[in-house]
Amino acid sequence: MNVVAPFEGIGASVRRKEDLRFLSGRGHYTDDINRPGQAHAYILRSPHAHAAINAIETAAAQAMPGVVAIFTGADLAAIGGLPCGWQIHNKDGSPMAEPKHPVLAEGKVRHVGDPVAVVIAETRQQARDAAEAIAVDYTPLPAVATMQAALAPGAAQMHEAAPGNLCYDWHIGDKAVLDAAFAKAHKVVTFETTNNRLVPNAMEPRAAVGDFDPQSGDYTLYTTSQNPHVIRLLMGAFVLNIPESKLRVVAPDVGGGFGSKIYHYAEEAIVTWAAGRVKRPVKWTADRTESFMSDAHGRDHVSKAELAVDKDGKILGLKVHTYANMGAYLSTFAPCVPTYLYATLLAGVYTTPVIYAEVKAVFTNTVPVDAYRGAGRPEATYLLERLMDVAAAEIGMDRVEFRRKNFIPVDAFPYQTPVALQYDSGNYFATLDAALEAADWKGFEARRAAAKAKGKLRGIGISTYLEACGIAPSAVVGSLGARAGLYEVGTIRVHPTGSVTVLTGTHSHGQGHETTLAQLVADRLGVPIANVDIVHGDTAKVPFGMGTYGSRSLAVGGSAMFKAMDKIIAKGKRIAAHLMEASVEDVEFDRGTFRVAGTDKTKTLTDISLAAYVPHNYPIEEIEPGLEETAFYDPKNFTYPGGCHIAEVEIDTETGKVSMVNFTAVDDVGRVINPMIVEGQVQGGVAQGIGQALLESAVYDADGQLISGSMMDYTMPRADDLAPVSVATHTTLCTHNPLGVKGCGEVGAIGSPPAVINAVVDALKEYGVKHIEMPATPAKIWNIINGGRKAA
Amino acid sequence: MYDFAYHKPSSLADAAKILAADPDARAISGGMTLLPALKLRLNKPTAVVDLSGISELRGVKRDGNTIVIGALTKHYEVATSADIKAAIPALAWMASTIGDTQVRNRGTMGGSVANNDPSADYPAALLALGATIQTSKRKISADDFFQGMFATALEAGEIVTAIHIPVPEKAGYAKMKNPASRYSMAGVFVAKGPAGVRVGVNGAGANGAFRASEMEKALGANWSPDAVAGVKMDAGMMNGDIHGSAEYRAHLVSVMAKRAVANAG
Amino acid sequence: MPQVTLTVNGTKHTVEVEARTLLVELLREQLRLTGTHVGCDTSQCGACVVHMGGDSIKACTILAVQCEGADVTTIEGLAKADGTLHPMQEAFREYHALQCGFCTPGMVMSAIDLVNKHPNGLTEQEIREGLEGNICRCTGYHNIVKAIAAAADVMQGRRSELARAAE
Repeated sequence: MNVVAPFEGIGASVRRKEDLRFLSGRGHYTDDINRPGQAHAYILRSPHAHAAINAIETAAAQAMPGVVAIFTGADLAAIGGLPCGWQIHNKDGSPMAEPKHPVLAEGKVRHVGDPVAVVIAETRQQARDAAEAIAVDYTPLPAVATMQAALAPGAAQMHEAAPGNLCYDWHIGDKAVLDAAFAKAHKVVTFETTNNRLVPNAMEPRAAVGDFDPQSGDYTLYTTSQNPHVIRLLMGAFVLNIPESKLRVVAPDVGGGFGSKIYHYAEEAIVTWAAGRVKRPVKWTADRTESFMSDAHGRDHVSKAELAVDKDGKILGLKVHTYANMGAYLSTFAPCVPTYLYATLLAGVYTTPVIYAEVKAVFTNTVPVDAYRGAGRPEATYLLERLMDVAAAEIGMDRVEFRRKNFIPVDAFPYQTPVALQYDSGNYFATLDAALEAADWKGFEARRAAAKAKGKLRGIGISTYLEACGIAPSAVVGSLGARAGLYEVGTIRVHPTGSVTVLTGTHSHGQGHETTLAQLVADRLGVPIANVDIVHGDTAKVPFGMGTYGSRSLAVGGSAMFKAMDKIIAKGKRIAAHLMEASVEDVEFDRGTFRVAGTDKTKTLTDISLAAYVPHNYPIEEIEPGLEETAFYDPKNFTYPGGCHIAEVEIDTETGKVSMVNFTAVDDVGRVINPMIVEGQVQGGVAQGIGQALLESAVYDADGQLISGSMMDYTMPRADDLAPVSVATHTTLCTHNPLGVKGCGEVGAIGSPPAVINAVVDALKEYGVKHIEMPATPAKIWNIINGGRKAA
Repeated sequence: MYDFAYHKPSSLADAAKILAADPDARAISGGMTLLPALKLRLNKPTAVVDLSGISELRGVKRDGNTIVIGALTKHYEVATSADIKAAIPALAWMASTIGDTQVRNRGTMGGSVANNDPSADYPAALLALGATIQTSKRKISADDFFQGMFATALEAGEIVTAIHIPVPEKAGYAKMKNPASRYSMAGVFVAKGPAGVRVGVNGAGANGAFRASEMEKALGANWSPDAVAGVKMDAGMMNGDIHGSAEYRAHLVSVMAKRAVANAG
Repeated sequence: MPQVTLTVNGTKHTVEVEARTLLVELLREQLRLTGTHVGCDTSQCGACVVHMGGDSIKACTILAVQCEGADVTTIEGLAKADGTLHPMQEAFREYHALQCGFCTPGMVMSAIDLVNKHPNGLTEQEIREGLEGNICRCTGYHNIVKAIAAAADVMQGRRSELARAAE
């Protein structure tokens, strides 16, 4: 049993263990859960962007068929608001404005979709029927739908606790040093842009089932979450006042998250609390329309960047001013996205010696904004990589050479940036060269000419990007305002006959952890992955964990498992030494076999686990029985994946439609455990990046109504919008975690948007186009071409 | 959706009777437009009358120089019918581009015609082809039948039973899809047939499908892509939204007309 | 309450439903066949695609009462009784054409209909266009397209399972 086929270990494209159940319809998602006696919740939401609630009349609705109970903000007044997990401080050191985020609206609604009341009924349709019979007396208030409107003098005020609708005014870097650098500049290049607001749209809508056991007083919440322990902590401690020991949170199979399922949402608290009140399980499932107006949105920055360069094209300094939209309330991790996940990335892969960035976070009457695939890092990368192209054009330098000239040299690692981060490893020249080669950059002009002959405009664009993921260490993030630690937990349970159960605090919602994490065990302990079970997503089973986001699962969670395996091996050696009558120092371990060094005396892992659980011949005075170890791993640093993305597009000048022709990604994600899965992660991330660049945009009208409120108007990338994505990796190892891994979940979404827009701008250069805002829709491009023709 | 009574009559007369008696009853065949509206509670019918059991509404046949398509004919059947492919290949091709595979497997020509959604494909084709809509009461020319956005000549209880289309000499279609919904943002069907040269436009018009008379004149004089490419449409007649302004749609109509003529050969 | 009798994955069921009950609600809530998913409310995402009489349809856009006498196949009914996967399911696994798995059942059902309606095989572009009714947020479709092409070869006898496995 302990003989492992080598192809299952690190580096093998093992087919996924979880696929069989997903492919046969046996996935187990939250909406698939039905508890005995279950009732259904429907949430009545605000149709107004901003309104005072004068009265809520529920009597008629109470009398409707099947209605069990109706609750409003008044019923929930005793419970806490939804907490924010990160506190940013203003330039002057004062804390950010942190207005209460009520679970159900209290006196006022602040965005379309703000929950106002909940109806619990026997069926979902009955609950919805009854909700329509609730009469809410609103007095509509002027709404601020954009940051510009929110900051304007005399603007409607959303929160008493946030004067001027300002959440915070934050900065990083040394402005005096920057000003000095700018004074010496040969040229200062200015670039302004909007990073478009996106709706994450994981295919599984959010859902939650609350359950309460009156005998024990135990609550259980089944929810579509990327981090059940975080939800237990936030909801138990801050909202419902339920101790961890009485609250179990289960996140079963989750159909995609991309960040949107990190946060603690009102509906989770509502069904849990309501289950306790009606003494029945209560289930809520969003329909897509609700998702659009209740899932945290992503991005939404307005920025101005200025780049100072010397006469040789060397960057002297970078100054950035950004407005970041928070939406109506602070979602769980919203404040850290445009600050520590954004401004700290502005050095990118370049030796920019000084950077100063200031960020104003603004409340508006829109859905809260929080991390979405990449979170802050795509915004920084887009700004920087567009700026690099704009600057190269302005100083008359080739865009590739301009980048190369400013790259951090290969021998400069560890490299300290001027914005707090210290990069441990990387080789940006290698990923650049590999990508140029793979994309046939040199042959592009011939392809452009061939396209031109067919009446099409072809363009090619590049981005050389960096990200920081596996956010850590706890002490540092704590000093920056995080209200949680960012370590991870792994338990390795070797059973008596040698099979292994892994308990991990990370959560898989598409990433394939059941396979990749099993590969780590196969590689180290020599147990076939068929005999390794990965358990995640249940606070009753897994000791603790911070979940999955920010590409942290392997770098942090995998490292915790690695440390736990260290302990298993150390204990196993002591048991093996006893059984083989050797000294512990002489026992070696390799993939499932303990050996007395230099002899043919061996014991398998199964021999050891059996001895550990049946301790007949066992050093019981010195070692406890059993073979199970837990490790909490707190990383020493972020990890820094990076690479080069190249997009090639073709534009139909008559319609303005951009077609993706080719996309090349060469990424350094550190050590690759499963190349097949890494490729899939990159391809998926790139699709979301292309979506942002060409298709997707959440559009509000001036009154705060979400115009793109369904898939009829919000353009989701479909198969025929995309082209093949070629993926390659070039590895430099992370130097500070035991696996050498960096992370691959977000690189696609981070590197691709500027590559695509750079390609579109390149295609349109004959029209004198210097920039086009995302998404580069056909109508927008036609306007540019049309305007260009008129001007010509 | 709100609940309603469900009826599945087996004769046209029975269906017409139920619909005539109850102004809040709605007919359903494929349900590709009605059901999405009901799901969003945009519509609250008292009863839904399922026409799919009425066998006289089925079938495609060629009758001399006319193609007769039963109202219950699904888009997939239009796209793959040997008779239609031989007589009006542009119509078959158009049907193959409606919605997605699943819409084509359920949605019917009669339903699309009776609904007259401004971004539906068929109305423009029927206008261009000079089709006649046969109902449970009478025959109506396409020109008289389509009366603007979601509006038709149908009276209460009147049901579309078949579409009669004179076989054209030439016909072609081209459209630009809305990037999000994939409905037509601007589609143009051109035909040269017994009724002359006609051009139908969907998706773009502020008041639903319409005929582009300037383009008809230009094409009548010179049947070539360039002849229509130069005809500028009046943006004032067009619809604008987050996916494109009225000016953009006006421009797209010219481009699609050019491509439709090229497709027609 | 209206009654409907239909066959699902070879088993005949007679169930009482409200007239407004959708086929997908009947499948998920009454027959507890939860492999068919609901990802949107505007009939666009395709997570709910099943086969009815061999054609792919969106189970969220058909009333249960419209399915009287119908023969419905869901993702649960694809594999053989002995557990052998359908070639499309097999190809999705082999080519890593799924990540979170939520769109997967509908994607697989659509893909099978697509292949069945193109007996002479499909180009990459035809596959991409044929997936217009299915949205996947995880994969970027790249591997889905590859899986469908490979499954088409197997389903249409151009290449044996054995040859593919040997690759």
